Amino acid sequence: MAEAQNSPTLESARAGGPLPVGSTTAGSIAVAAESTVATRMSAPPSFDVTDFPVPHGREEEWRFTPLERLRGLHDGTAVATGEGVKVDVQAPEGVTVETVGRDDARLGKAGTPVDRVAAQAYSAFEKAGVVTVPKETVLTEPIRIAVHGEGGVAFGHQVIELGAFAEAVVVIDHTGDAVLAGNVEYILGDGAKLTVVSVQDWDEKAVHVAQHNALVGRDASFRSVVVTFGGDVVRLHPRVSYAGTGGEAELFGLYFTDAGQHQEHRLLVDHNTPHCKSNVAYKGALQGDDAHAVWIGDVLIEAKAEGTDTYEMNRNLVLTDGARVDSVPNLEIETGEIVGAGHASATGRFDDEQLFYLMARGIPEHEARRLVVRGFFAELVQQIGVADIEERLIAKIEEELEASVA
Amino acid sequence: MATLEIRDLHVTVEADNSTKEILKGVDLTVKQGETHAIMGPNGSGKSTLAYSLAGHPKYTITGGTVTLDGEDVLEMSVDERARAGLFLAMQYPVEVPGVSVSNFLRTSATAIRGEAPKLRTWVKEVKEAMERLNMDPSFAERNVNEGFSGGEKKRHEILQLELLKPKVAILDETDSGLDVDALRVVSEGVNRVRETGEVGTLLITHYTRILRYIKPDHVHVFSAGRIVESGGAELADKLEEEGYEGYTKGGASE
Ligand SMILES: Nc1ncnc2c1ncn2[C@@H]1O[C@H](COP(=O)(O)OP(=O)(O)OP(=O)(O)O)[C@@H](O)[C@H]1O
Ligand SMILES: [Mg+2]
Repeated sequence: MAEAQNSPTLESARAGGPLPVGSTTAGSIAVAAESTVATRMSAPPSFDVTDFPVPHGREEEWRFTPLERLRGLHDGTAVATGEGVKVDVQAPEGVTVETVGRDDARLGKAGTPVDRVAAQAYSAFEKAGVVTVPKETVLTEPIRIAVHGEGGVAFGHQVIELGAFAEAVVVIDHTGDAVLAGNVEYILGDGAKLTVVSVQDWDEKAVHVAQHNALVGRDASFRSVVVTFGGDVVRLHPRVSYAGTGGEAELFGLYFTDAGQHQEHRLLVDHNTPHCKSNVAYKGALQGDDAHAVWIGDVLIEAKAEGTDTYEMNRNLVLTDGARVDSVPNLEIETGEIVGAGHASATGRFDDEQLFYLMARGIPEHEARRLVVRGFFAELVQQIGVADIEERLIAKIEEELEASVA
Repeated sequence: MATLEIRDLHVTVEADNSTKEILKGVDLTVKQGETHAIMGPNGSGKSTLAYSLAGHPKYTITGGTVTLDGEDVLEMSVDERARAGLFLAMQYPVEVPGVSVSNFLRTSATAIRGEAPKLRTWVKEVKEAMERLNMDPSFAERNVNEGFSGGEKKRHEILQLELLKPKVAILDETDSGLDVDALRVVSEGVNRVRETGEVGTLLITHYTRILRYIKPDHVHVFSAGRIVESGGAELADKLEEEGYEGYTKGGASE
């Protein structure tokens, strides 16, 4: 695999300032006095859509996104329709499931919209969902949230809050067809453990733009697994910050971008608190004309965040010509007093020579392609560490392979 | 008895917007149990012959026939050829990201044998074959050829040869890049397969060194895209002494 790799250490970052990164696309490590992640956004975070100008496409945060395919989510022309999406929440006993109004005090605590569509969603939703796992409640069954698109336009808001030392697994499935913009908040109390699996298994015309904000409490651990297969445009923005020391975040992602699809994952881990950890690992496979995957991995280590330990990685496997990947890891370090910081980005091709090699061993072409994709994802799936989620993902990948790698 | 018959094979490649004929009429018959060495200078077309037999898409067959037990090999896809019993140990084995050796071997054996080998016996079979080739068990969990040294790649090729048990094995410069120890280990692997009497071997090489370990029944000198002389093992000794000069003068670099 013609792979470009990079995993600079902190040592090199300290010594050399901004480093050129040998990935297939741009990437950087900056030792910054002031966050460039913040300054390169076109407006400061806000809950109010009118605080953001309508993007024209050249802004840093929009430059990879096909605005014309957002169906008006970015310019105010998308208006909620009655039959937007249906949301069905199934929760085990002990969990509180509520639908609340805009003025509920529990909304907007984990983070603030950072771009126009997230602010649009916040300004436009009518009812929000709030799921609460009381303190010290350890669930043995997952909470399941099924979001099914009914063909309309919808703006959503969902809060999932775990009290201190609560433990839960949440599976959010997105299916059907919709134009959906939303914000999802994860609030973890001290010592809480939350695993969230968000599966974007949309029909092919769906447009889904969402910001996910996780606020990780003291000694809490947050694990996010984002799985994107479907949709015309999916643009997700998982963000993590910490409310106390000792927090841990693991952000895993898997995407399979087919012909014509735009799948964009923009991550930000804000190490705003000392002695926290983060680990980001996203992997994507692409095939077909105009398959476009974008991965932005911003990790910010603020001056006060001593003892931070972070690593981020993105790998892409391009199966055919005509697909495009933009992978931009970006690590900003404002303090040298940390345990570790690194990033890696690599994009490799599955090429005709590899195909020939496998076929020369008797393996039929479609099987050869599947073998490669399955193996590529398996490495990541094994890291998730929740057996039934791993199994489900493997099954999902098989299904996707069955459908698309012919 | 399996027989590979190559008749008047002509092969071209596309290079720099022009079509170049590399093979200019190759005739060769390899029978099960026989070992043929093909020796020739760099660029004479040895690998082109090997790849063309395996069905690499870069090479265009413009004339001639290839049959395996009377079946038209040229009509078959790459994987069909392998399942029909052709095996090519490559001069430059390819790295395959994301696919572990163990997964690859099992998928391949399943395809070639027509059914998945029983897991218990399979694990043992692979383990023993790896031991015989002095391969560390950890190789099974690494990605195919990724980060393998030259010698490790060649061992991995011979491992596949032993597991897949083809009718005809084409070994393209399996000896190149090996130190003496590795050459011995790899040659022993080839000999184990040969001793079954069930494989016809086409040993492509530039040097006579490997022929000290693997005794050919027939030696063919390859030059400028065809076999220019054939003989017994003694022909290799002649090449050892005289080199290829007598064959390449005025022929090879046209
Ligand atoms: N795919 C290709 N595109 C262009 N030219 C090719 C291609 N494959 C082979 N050739 C040319 O055909 C000729 C024969 O190459 P080949 O690799 O078959 O030789 P060889 O005898 O195996 O040499 P070596 O001993 O170096 O392995 C060379 O001139 C080579 O440059
Ligand atoms: Mg060669």
